[in-house]
Amino acid sequence: MTFTKSTASSLAVLLLSSSAVLAETQLTVYTSVEAVDLDRYKQTFEAANPDIKINWVRDSTGVMTAKLLAEKNNPQADVVWGIAATSLLLLKGEGMLEAYAPAGVEKLDPKFVDSDTPPSWVGMDAYVAALCYNTVEAEKLGLTPPKSWKDLTKPEYKGHVVMPNPNSSGTGFLDVSAWIQTFGEEDAWKFMDGLHENIAAYTHSGSKPCKMAAAGETVIGVSFEFPGAKAKSSGAPIDIIFPEEGSGWEAEATAIIAGTANLEAAKKLVDWSVTKEANEMYNAGYAVLAYPGIAKPVEHLPADIPTRMIKNDFEWAANNRAKILEEWQKRYDSKSEPKT
Amino acid sequence: MAASAAAVLPPGKTLRQSLDRDDLVKRGLMVVISLYLLFSLAAPLYVMLSKSVSIYCFDLSQFEFQVSDETGANWNAPATAQALNAATGAVPAADLAAGSDSRLAATSFFKDFSFRSPVKYRLRGTSEQTRWLVGSQPGGGITWQEFDSNTFRRVTLRPMQAYGLDNFAAYFGTPALSRSIWNSVLMASLSTVITTAVAFGLAYALSRSLMPFKGFFRLVTALPILVPSLLPGIALVYLFGNQGMLKGLLMGHSIYGPIGIVVGSVFFTLPHAFLIISTALSISDARHYEAAASLRASRWRTFWTVTVPGARYGIISAAFVVFTLVITDFGLPKVIGGQYNMLAVDIYKQVIGQQNFEMGAVVSVILLVPAVVAFAVDRLMQKRQVALLSARAVPYQPKKNPRFDALCFAWCALVALFILTIIGVCQLAALVKLWPYDMSLGLNNFAFDRMDGGGWASYWNSIRLALLTAVFGTVVVFTGAYMVEKTDGFGAGRAAFHFLAMLPMAVPGMVLGLAYIFFFNNPANPLNGIYGTMAILVVCTVTHFYTVAHLTALTALKQIDREFEPVAASLKQPFHKLFFRVTVPVCLPAILDISIYLFVNAMTTVSAVVFLYSTHTQLASVAVLNMDDAGDVAPAAAMGMMIFYTNAGVRILHALFSRVVLKRTQSWRIR
Repeated sequence: MTFTKSTASSLAVLLLSSSAVLAETQLTVYTSVEAVDLDRYKQTFEAANPDIKINWVRDSTGVMTAKLLAEKNNPQADVVWGIAATSLLLLKGEGMLEAYAPAGVEKLDPKFVDSDTPPSWVGMDAYVAALCYNTVEAEKLGLTPPKSWKDLTKPEYKGHVVMPNPNSSGTGFLDVSAWIQTFGEEDAWKFMDGLHENIAAYTHSGSKPCKMAAAGETVIGVSFEFPGAKAKSSGAPIDIIFPEEGSGWEAEATAIIAGTANLEAAKKLVDWSVTKEANEMYNAGYAVLAYPGIAKPVEHLPADIPTRMIKNDFEWAANNRAKILEEWQKRYDSKSEPKT
Repeated sequence: MAASAAAVLPPGKTLRQSLDRDDLVKRGLMVVISLYLLFSLAAPLYVMLSKSVSIYCFDLSQFEFQVSDETGANWNAPATAQALNAATGAVPAADLAAGSDSRLAATSFFKDFSFRSPVKYRLRGTSEQTRWLVGSQPGGGITWQEFDSNTFRRVTLRPMQAYGLDNFAAYFGTPALSRSIWNSVLMASLSTVITTAVAFGLAYALSRSLMPFKGFFRLVTALPILVPSLLPGIALVYLFGNQGMLKGLLMGHSIYGPIGIVVGSVFFTLPHAFLIISTALSISDARHYEAAASLRASRWRTFWTVTVPGARYGIISAAFVVFTLVITDFGLPKVIGGQYNMLAVDIYKQVIGQQNFEMGAVVSVILLVPAVVAFAVDRLMQKRQVALLSARAVPYQPKKNPRFDALCFAWCALVALFILTIIGVCQLAALVKLWPYDMSLGLNNFAFDRMDGGGWASYWNSIRLALLTAVFGTVVVFTGAYMVEKTDGFGAGRAAFHFLAMLPMAVPGMVLGLAYIFFFNNPANPLNGIYGTMAILVVCTVTHFYTVAHLTALTALKQIDREFEPVAASLKQPFHKLFFRVTVPVCLPAILDISIYLFVNAMTTVSAVVFLYSTHTQLASVAVLNMDDAGDVAPAAAMGMMIFYTNAGVRILHALFSRVVLKRTQSWRIR
C-alpha cells in the first residue's frame, strides 16, 4: 500500500516536473477572422510565444457573440481575438471582459482602443462599408455607377440593390448605425425608406451581397471592402465603390474574458496582438490597421480608405442597438412578400 | 378443482407474477432508456418552455436618484425612477417592456438635464440585483454612486429578469414576427397538396400500370432523401435566379420567396410521401376491382370509389408527414426564402442574429403547435384504420393498356427529370469555376479549407457523427423497442416509454437544438460536460430521429411470436441468450434499415445541430448552410454533393451487405 502510494506520488512529481519543462499553456481563443487567416495567425503568434498554444474556436460574428453570451455564467473562452468591437461592448456591458492595458497600447490609433482606462478591448484592424458594383450586369441594364449612399435611392436601381439585414448581420447594423450617425436620425430613416424601395433582398450575412454582385445575382451589393477585393482577384467583374458621404466601419478587436484560468498567457496574447509585427500580419487582408503608419495597400483597394471612414461612436452604437434594430424591423421586416 | 378449492378457502393474497432476474434486468434496461429519453428530450423541452416565459422589463422602483443643486454640495430627497416617471411621464409604459439587451438612458427622467451643468447626480439600487451601465461599464448595487453631469449622460439602466407572458404578447403584437405563422402554414399546406398529388400519381403509375423502367423510377424517387434540404434551394438559384438558365420560365416572378420554397419542398418531401402512399396502394384487393367491373363502373368511378378510399389512410398520413417536414424545415427557406419569413428561420434569426434567446424560445413554442397538432391528428386517424387486407384478398394484377401505360410513363419521366435536373445542376455548379463569367470546369470549389464553414474537417466530422449515430442509435432504439414489445406486465411504464419514443416526431429540429442549449449549457447541470462535444451531437441526432427508427424496430419485433420468451424461460435460458441468438438475427433486416436511416439523416440534418456544433465538431451539412450564407454558393453546392456521394455510396454498400448477410440469416424465411 505504502509502496504504491509512494510510487504514485513520485510518478506525480515526475509528471509535474516534466510538464514544467514542457510548460505550455493552452489558450481557447474565440474568433471570427476569415478561415483562411487562422493558421497564419496561429503560427506567427506561436513562433513568437513558443510556450503558448492557441486552440481556435471560429464562427461568424453573430454566432460567436450568441455563443459568448450564452456561456455568460460559464465562460469557455480565455481570449477573444478578432471579433467586432460592437460585440465586445455587449460583452463588456455584461461584465464579461477583463480590463487590461497591453504593453504598447499607447502606440495604437486611439479610435481603435476602448474609451475606458484600462481598456476592455483593443483593436486590430477595421473593415469598412463599401459597395460592390457589377459592371457587366450594370452595362446590360444601362445603369450608371452610384457615387454616394443617397444615390442608391434613385429609381434606376429599383430591384438591383442587396444589403445585409441588420437584425442578423453585424455589417448590416454597421451600415444603419453609420447612416444615423452621419445623416442624423430623421434623415437616415428617410434615406432608408427610399433605399428599401430599391432593395431586392436583405441577406443574413455581410459578405453575401458582395458575392452576389460578383456572381451577377445583383448589380449593387452593400457590403464591405474585403470580400470585394477577394472577388475581384478571382476574376469577378466588379468595382469597389466607397460612397462619398463616408463609410461606416467596424474594428476587429481583442479582449480577455473575465475569470480565465490562464490570465498570464492571455495577457501575453493581447500584448502581442497590438505589436507592429501582429499588425503587419493583419495587413494581408485588411487595408486599415490599428497601428498607424505601417499599412501597405491591399490589391484592388485604394490607399486612402482611412480618410473615408466616419467617426464611429461604438459606445453610442452599442447602447442604441436594441432600439435601432427594433425600429428597423418595424419599418422594413414586416413587408415580407418579395417585390414583384 | 382449483375453483372449488378457492370457494372453501379464505381469500389469500392476490396473485402476482413474481419477478425473476430476467424481468428485473429488462425493466432496468427500460428504465435506463426511459431516463435517456427523459434527459435528451423531456427535460430540455421543459427548460425551453420556461425560457419562453422569462421576460425582461425595466422595474423603475429598483432605481433611486438624488440630484444636487448647482454647488454640488446640497442634495435633494432621494426619489425612485418610478416616482420621477410618474411626475414627468417621460417613459411610456410600453417602453418598459424590454429584451435582455435593452438599455434606458437615466437622463430621460430629468427633463432639464444638461451635461454642461455643475449639477451632480447620485444613483443606487433598491436591491442587490439592480444593474446599470456607465458607458459600457457595468455597475449596480445598493450603495450610492455619484456622477458629474457629463458622466451621468452616459448612464443607462438595465432591465430585470421576471416571469410572464409578455414575450408572447410582444410576439403577437409585432406583425413582422407573427406574420410568419401564416406564411409557414401557407407554404406547408401548398407543398402538402402538391407533393401528395405528385407522389400519388407516381405511386399509382408504378403499382397500377405495366410501364417500363419501374425500378429506375423507384431509384430516382428515393434520391432526394440523400441530400440536405438546402441543396434544392441552391439548385433553384442556379436555375431560376437572376443569372438562372431557366429564369424566363418564371415570367418575371422571383424564385426567392414562396415559389422557391414550395418547389424545393416538393423535391425534398417527395420520397417520404411516395413511400407511404405506395405502401398503401400496394395493398389492394383485386376482388373490389372485379366487383366494380361487374357493376359496369367506369374507370373514373372505380378510381374514386375503390382506389382512393383504399389508400386514404396512406394519403392522409403522407399529407401530415409532408406538412410537418415543410413547416419545421429550416435549410430550404434559409437559402431560397428571401424576405419571406418562416417560423423555423425566425428562430435562427432571433438566436443567432439578435442573441434574443427568449424570443427564440417563444417562436419555438409556436412552431411546436402545428407540428404537435399534425402529429396528434395523424395518430388518431391511424387508430381508425381497419385491416383492409383480409386473408381472402386477391392481389391486384395490372393489365396491359398501352395508352394508360404511356401516360404513366410520361408522368414518371417528368418527375424523374425534375429530380435529376436539381441534382445535375448542383453537380454542374460544384464544378464550374466562376458562374456565369468563367464557365470552365475545375475542382477549385472543393477546396473547402479556404472557405468559411470548417473545411474538409467538417466533412470527416459528419462521417464520424453519422457512424456514431448509426451504431449508438441502433443499439438504443432496438433495445428500447424490444423492452416495450417483449416485457410482460409493467403496463404503465411501457405506455410511458412508448409515449416518450413517439414524442420526437412532433418536435422540430430547431426547437430541439435550442432546447439543448438551454438545458446542457448550464453550469449547474451535471451533464454540462458534453456541451460542445461530438457526444451532444450524437445524442441530439439520435433523439431527433428516434420515432421512425423505433416504429421500424417495433414492426419487426411484432413479427416474432411472443411464445419465444416463455419457451426460452421454460428452458431456463436467460433472455439475453434468446435476444442475441434469435431476436437480433431474425430482425437483422430491420436493424440494418434503422442504422442506414440514422446514418443518412445524420449526414443531411441541419436544423437540430446548427445550434450545437463547436469548432472541433463542425459538420458538412452546416458547412453547406454557412458557405451559402457567406455567399460562397458554388462551394456550398460542392459540399452538398459530397454528402450526396457519401450517402449514395453507403446506400450501395448497405444493399450489398444486406444481400450477403440476409442470405445467411434469413434463409429460414424461404420454404
